[in-house]
Amino acid sequence: MNRSIKVRRLVSSALAVLLVGGLTTTAPAKAADPIALTMWTRSTTAVQSQDMVNAYNTANKGKVEIKLTVVPFTEYLAKVSAAAAAGGLPDILAANVIDGPNYTRSGLWLNIDSRIKKLPYWKQLATGHMASATYNQKYYAVPHVVDASSIYYNKVLFEKAGLDSTKPPTTLKEMAIAAAKISALGGGVDGLYFPGNCGGCLAFTLFPSIWASGQKVLNLQGNASYLGTTKAKAVFDVYAKMWKDGTMAVGSKNEAGATQNAVFESGKAGFALLGSKALGTIKESDKLKIGLVALSGPDGGTSTFIGGDTIGISATSKNVEAAWNFLQWTLEDKQQIDIYAAKNFMTSRRDLADNKFALADPRMVLLNKLLAVGQSPYSVRFFQTFNDANGPWILFVREAIFGSGVSKTLLAKLNSSLSG
Amino acid sequence: MAVAQKEILKRKVSIFSKRPNRGFRSTWVGWGFAAPAVVVLLLFFIIPLGYSLLISTKDWPLLGPDHPTNFPDNYVKISDNELFINSLSFTVKYTAIITTILLTLSLGLALLIQEGKSRRNGILRTIYFLPVVTGLSTAALLFLGFLNPTVGPMTFIFNKFGMNPDWLGTPNMALTSTVMMMTWRFTGFYMVIMLSGLQAIPRDIYESASVDGSSRLNTFRFITIPLMRSTLALCLILILTGGMVAFEQFYILTAGGPDNSTVTIVMTIFRQAFSQFEMGAAAAMSVVLLLALVVMNILQLRLVRKDDSGDSR
Repeated sequence: MNRSIKVRRLVSSALAVLLVGGLTTTAPAKAADPIALTMWTRSTTAVQSQDMVNAYNTANKGKVEIKLTVVPFTEYLAKVSAAAAAGGLPDILAANVIDGPNYTRSGLWLNIDSRIKKLPYWKQLATGHMASATYNQKYYAVPHVVDASSIYYNKVLFEKAGLDSTKPPTTLKEMAIAAAKISALGGGVDGLYFPGNCGGCLAFTLFPSIWASGQKVLNLQGNASYLGTTKAKAVFDVYAKMWKDGTMAVGSKNEAGATQNAVFESGKAGFALLGSKALGTIKESDKLKIGLVALSGPDGGTSTFIGGDTIGISATSKNVEAAWNFLQWTLEDKQQIDIYAAKNFMTSRRDLADNKFALADPRMVLLNKLLAVGQSPYSVRFFQTFNDANGPWILFVREAIFGSGVSKTLLAKLNSSLSG
Repeated sequence: MAVAQKEILKRKVSIFSKRPNRGFRSTWVGWGFAAPAVVVLLLFFIIPLGYSLLISTKDWPLLGPDHPTNFPDNYVKISDNELFINSLSFTVKYTAIITTILLTLSLGLALLIQEGKSRRNGILRTIYFLPVVTGLSTAALLFLGFLNPTVGPMTFIFNKFGMNPDWLGTPNMALTSTVMMMTWRFTGFYMVIMLSGLQAIPRDIYESASVDGSSRLNTFRFITIPLMRSTLALCLILILTGGMVAFEQFYILTAGGPDNSTVTIVMTIFRQAFSQFEMGAAAAMSVVLLLALVVMNILQLRLVRKDDSGDSR
């Protein structure tokens, strides 16, 4: 009897303590609850996004907290579309540059034109990114990550193969010759590791070679392609030869994009075709010293695919002020230099391109120069045509490189997909 | 007044004491018990199904507010979709292969380890069942790593023996690798179902058969198989339906490649909705697949029922 009373007392006092404790701890916390913002980005910009968010959360501790969700890049547009249909978009929403027109037309982003134009440096924001975020002459997003494609080469393997690592190849054909020499080293080393099963990656790295040859890839409206032209075919032929003579790694044919950085990082490939972001994410070692050279046409010229991500506030966000505060904060000098440039990432503003970090690294100088000659293709049906894993571009380009060459039937399908 | 109230009270009592009304009440109790299931069925099956039917009659882009009706365009266009048409024969081929392998292997394993008492069988059962606890997507990712031509251990092991199989690089190898993964993942599961079927067969029947001098093969053919019919039918329906709606295994392991050689029906539906953003067309394809599955299952159930009535005679 006594025992049960004791137990009851114990339980009730414990409950009382919990209740009082709960009240005392929750009440002040509620008053200082930080504004919770949600943000989605593609896995390809995970590092930059996470760095920015971490720094912002630290600087605004107790006031604002951004919860970042990183989505695999192949699923991103599907997830965004489904969330848009269900009214479940996050406050801050990033987009692949090439998908910008889809976002603006569908009203996913809030019109932030007047806010952007109040920024003292708004005219310096990456041009291609701003163009993709424009709809009816109004801006809907700002640059988040700038990514430019180029040729990466392994200086360690260059030296081993008796090549001069200070004089990288300036034409695609020269690259094939150098890659063949590296491939001849043997011991699991290949000349080129190629993203042969990733539509987006192949557009990102093959289009510049076509542009460098003086050939357009898409027409102005973005509803037809020039991928069947002699100049385009010459580009595919260089890679087809590298595949046939074994200069290209066997794994290239199945490479869907996710593991290509890792293979280059392991020091097993002489060349890889990657974006500028890889410079900040791939670690050098005694097996790998990274050299960079512009993507060229078969016989010369230079170009780059200016890709990356833009970022806006979703049209349904209830925290517009806080979300904008974050966006404009990411574009400020300090963040651009300390978070991006210091880690070998390109800045989102042209006036910051010549920063101390970039100037100290000739590879960054090269990338910044390339931005002047680079392009960003425009097509409302870009994703459906070029990024779709079962779409017409991947079939066409694989046939052109691993199969029997440029197929007129597959090209017709590609063009019909572009025209919708 | 008081008399009237008493009268009303009497009537109320009589109402509740009458048998039919007790039935009425118990009907409500019945509905009450069934309600959670009904709600779940409504929310997660009937309403989505109705919604899919509705979407399939409209031009419904995933993005954008306008959804004009365009029936029967979405259904008519299915026959023009080359990927969907090709995926039909591939899905049927895959289903046939996986059904044969899973049924044979799981029954074989169940027969081998059906004696319950031995410790060895207990351990084997656990080993065979272990992959079942792995999620299907996880298993696919695991195999994706195993089969990677540059860093995968399978390539390393086979290279030691002078072989260099391109696990996911050719259409046949991509299918074989996926079937391999599915066999590893599901054999244990069907083995357990088969075991329960085998253990439900009374021992005395086997004893009578052996007294009558029946050979092992004959016992298997004329006793085990007929008495396992409903278990086999259950496994068959599960495997066939699973095969026809195959998605994760191919989506993760092969992404439909190489060159769209391993694209299943559900993958084309997913692509139509989330790569091409045509929800209407995707819904129409889903409806067609649903009808095909319903017909397939009705046929199977009829077959099984007929055989059951044959048994009872």
